[in-house]
Amino acid sequence: MAEPIRARFLALLLTAAAAVAAVMLQAGALAAQDAPATIVVGSKSFTESRVLGEILAQRIEAVGGARVAVERRANLGGTMIVFRALEAGDIDLYAEYSGTAWATILGETAPARDPLRTYLEVQRRLAAQHDLAWRLPLGFSNTYAIAVREAVAARLNLTRISDLAARGGDLRSGWSHEFLEREDGYPGLAAAYGLDLAEVRGMEHGLAYEALRSGRIDVTDAYSTDGKLQRFPVRVLEDDRGFFPPYDCAPVVRQATLDAHPWLGPALDALAYRLSATRMQQLNDAVESGGRSARDVARDFLAAEGLLGDGAADGRAREATAGDSDRRRDAPLLAFARSRLAPTLGLTAQHLLLTGVAVVLAVLVAVPLGVLLTRRRALAGPVLQFAGVLQTVPSLALLAFMIPVLGLGAPAAIAALFLYALLPIVRNTTTGIDGVDPALRDAAIGMGLRDRERLMRVELPLALPTIMAGIRTATVISIGVATLAAFIGAGGLGDPIVTGLQLNDTRLILSGALPAALLAIVADALLGRLEAWLDPQR
Amino acid sequence: MIRFEQVRKVFPGVDDRPATVAVDSVDLRVAQGETLALIGTSGSGKTTLLRMVNRLIDPSAGRIVVDDSDVAAQDVIALRRRIGYVIQRGGLFPHLDVAQNIGLLCTLEGWPRRRIAERVEMLLKAVQLDPSAVAGRRPQTLSGGQQQRVAVARALALDPPVLLMDEPFGALDPITRAKLHDLMRDLRHASAKTTLLVTHDLAEAFALGDRVALIDRGRIVQLGTEDDLRRRPVNDFVAAFVARHAGAANQGNHRG
Repeated sequence: MAEPIRARFLALLLTAAAAVAAVMLQAGALAAQDAPATIVVGSKSFTESRVLGEILAQRIEAVGGARVAVERRANLGGTMIVFRALEAGDIDLYAEYSGTAWATILGETAPARDPLRTYLEVQRRLAAQHDLAWRLPLGFSNTYAIAVREAVAARLNLTRISDLAARGGDLRSGWSHEFLEREDGYPGLAAAYGLDLAEVRGMEHGLAYEALRSGRIDVTDAYSTDGKLQRFPVRVLEDDRGFFPPYDCAPVVRQATLDAHPWLGPALDALAYRLSATRMQQLNDAVESGGRSARDVARDFLAAEGLLGDGAADGRAREATAGDSDRRRDAPLLAFARSRLAPTLGLTAQHLLLTGVAVVLAVLVAVPLGVLLTRRRALAGPVLQFAGVLQTVPSLALLAFMIPVLGLGAPAAIAALFLYALLPIVRNTTTGIDGVDPALRDAAIGMGLRDRERLMRVELPLALPTIMAGIRTATVISIGVATLAAFIGAGGLGDPIVTGLQLNDTRLILSGALPAALLAIVADALLGRLEAWLDPQR
Repeated sequence: MIRFEQVRKVFPGVDDRPATVAVDSVDLRVAQGETLALIGTSGSGKTTLLRMVNRLIDPSAGRIVVDDSDVAAQDVIALRRRIGYVIQRGGLFPHLDVAQNIGLLCTLEGWPRRRIAERVEMLLKAVQLDPSAVAGRRPQTLSGGQQQRVAVARALALDPPVLLMDEPFGALDPITRAKLHDLMRDLRHASAKTTLLVTHDLAEAFALGDRVALIDRGRIVQLGTEDDLRRRPVNDFVAAFVARHAGAANQGNHRG
C-alpha cells in the first residue's frame, strides 16, 4: 500500500546507480588513457617543488620522446603525501631534499650534519627499505640561510657567518618565530658561532625583507633558494662551520620505473649540478614575482642548459592544454572572473561528482548499518564510537592514509569523504528508528507484522525525515572536505584554492572557495526541500 | 475461545528493585463469542494478561490456549493475524491514509487490490464512517472518536475470530465513548468475536462485557456478571471497588 514511499526510494536508488555508473565510466576512460607507457611526475604544494617537477617532466619528455607519456601530479601537499604516492606507485618520481628524507621519511631525530654522509645514507636506506633510487643531486641545497642588508655587509666586509660573529656585534636582527625557537635555528646557530647581536627579535617572515630594505633590521633568516633574495639588496652569508643541515635536492625515483625505462636514469643524471642556489632563486622568483608559469620557467631553464633535445616540441604541445593560472594575476577583475568561468564549471562538476558518489555510497552502507544497530543493540556502542573516531581524524591525514590503499586521485578522495559521511547517516538512521512512537511499534508487532515488514512499512518511512537530515549533514560536510581533495590530485574546487595559496593569489583562492561555499549552501537548501518532500506525514 | 491455565508472570528485578509478580496463578476461560472485561486498578496485571494472548509477553509459567492450541506452539505471525488488536489512541500509522491503515494486513497477505478496496469500504461502513469522506485522509486529521473507529476497522480487517482491546476508548470524552460502546454492541450483533477487553472504567466493563473479571495484584478477585459484582461481592474489596466506581457506572450505563 505504501507505493509513494517505495517510489521515492526507487527514484533515489536510480539516481545513486546513475551516479555510480558515471564514475565507473570515467574511471574506465582514465584506465584506457593509461594504456601507453606513462611516467608520472609528482610535486609538493610550493613553487620550487612545482618548478622542479616541471624540469623533471620536460627532461623526461625530451629524452623519452614518443616512447613515453609524462603525466604531472602537481601540488600533492606535504612530504608524507607525495612520498606515500611514490611508494604506492601512483607517481614514479619527484624532487626531494636530503635533510627532509633524513628527518621526515627515515624518521631520524638527530639533525643531519655532513652533506655527503647524509646523501649517501639517505640513498642507501631508500634503496634498501623502499626500493627507491636517490639520483645525483641537482646542485643546490634549500637550507636555512642568513641574509644581511647589502650595504651593511659591504661596509663590514661580511661574507661568512663567522664574519658576522666577529664584526656584527652592533647589528639588529629579526628572525622568523619558528627559526627563533628551533634548536637548529637561532639558539644553535648563536652557540655554534658565538653570535652576540645587539638586537634579537622575532617577526613574521613575510615582513622581514621589507624590514631589511627599510633599514629597521640588518640581519634575518631566509631559505637559501628563496626567490626574494633576488629582489632585495641582501647578501647571503656562507655557513662556514656547516651548522645548518644539508637539504641537497635530488630526484627520487621508483627502481621499478628505472628498470622499465633504462634510458631514464641517465636522462635524469644529466641534470646533476646544473642548478645552483642562485639559479634556483631566479627560477622561483620568475614564478612568484615575474608571473610566469612553472612550465615556461622550466622550459627556458632546460633550453638554456641544452637539455631539451628533440622532444621539446612534444612538451610544448602538451602545455597548450594545461590550465595556467599564473599569468592571470594581473588581469582586471572582470576579465579574471570571465577567464575563471569555464574552469570553475568543470571543477564544480568534479567536486559534485566526488561528493555525490561518496555520499551515495555512504547512504548505501550507513542506512543498512544504522538499521542493523537498532536490531543488534550490543553493536551500537562500538560501531558509533568507531565512526566517531573516524570523524575526528584530520581531513588531510585521512586523505593521506588513503593513498597507500587507493593511490592518488578521485578513488582515494571518495573513500575519505565516504568515511566522513558514515557517522551522520548511521547515527540519524539509528536515532530515527529509535524515535518511532513506541505505541506504533507495539501496534505493528501486535497486528502481526514481521520484523522486515515492520521496518519497511512503518519504521523506515517514519524515520525518513531524520535519515534525510543525516544525509544532508553528510553532504554539506563532504562538500567542505572535498576542497582538500586537490592535495591528492583529485581535482575539484580545491584546485584553485591550493594553487592560490602557494601563489598568494587571493582572487584565485576565492575563485575556488566561493563556489564551494555556494555549493554547500545550495546543496543544503535543496536537500532541505527533499527532506520536506519525503516527509511521510506532510 | 481463550483459556488461561495457571498463568503466572514474573518480571525480573532491575538494579535494586525487586522482581514483581504481575500475574499470579490465573485460570480463566473466555467462551466462543463472549466478551470478557478485565477491570482493576493500574498495575493490577490486567494488561499483562491481555498481552500474553498475542505473545507480546511470554508467561513465566502455565499456558494460554487459543482455539484449542497452546499459543506458544503456534506460529507467532499467523497467531497475531488471527487476533485483532486495538490499543488506546488507536496506534494508527500517521504516514498511511485511513484505507492504507485498514488494508495493511490484507496487503501483506497478498490480497488483490480490488478485494482490499472492497474490504476497506465494507469495514468503514461497519464502523459507521463514510468511506468516500475518510478513506484518503491521514488518521491524524480525524477526531479521536473517528480514529478509534478506524482502529476497530483495522483490527477486523482479516475477520479474526478473537479481539484484544487494551483500554481502547480510554482517551475519549464520555459522549464519544458512549457512541463507541453502541458501535461495539452493533458489531457484536453482526458477528460475535471472542473478545478480551481491558479497561479501568467499570461502566465500560459493564456496558461491553458479558462477564467482568476484577483483578487485583495479579489475581482474579471475582469473576461474574454485573449483577454478581453489584449484589454478591465476594469480599469487602469488591464491594468497595464497585461502590467507589458506582457513580460513574450509573452515568455511563446506557442500559440503566
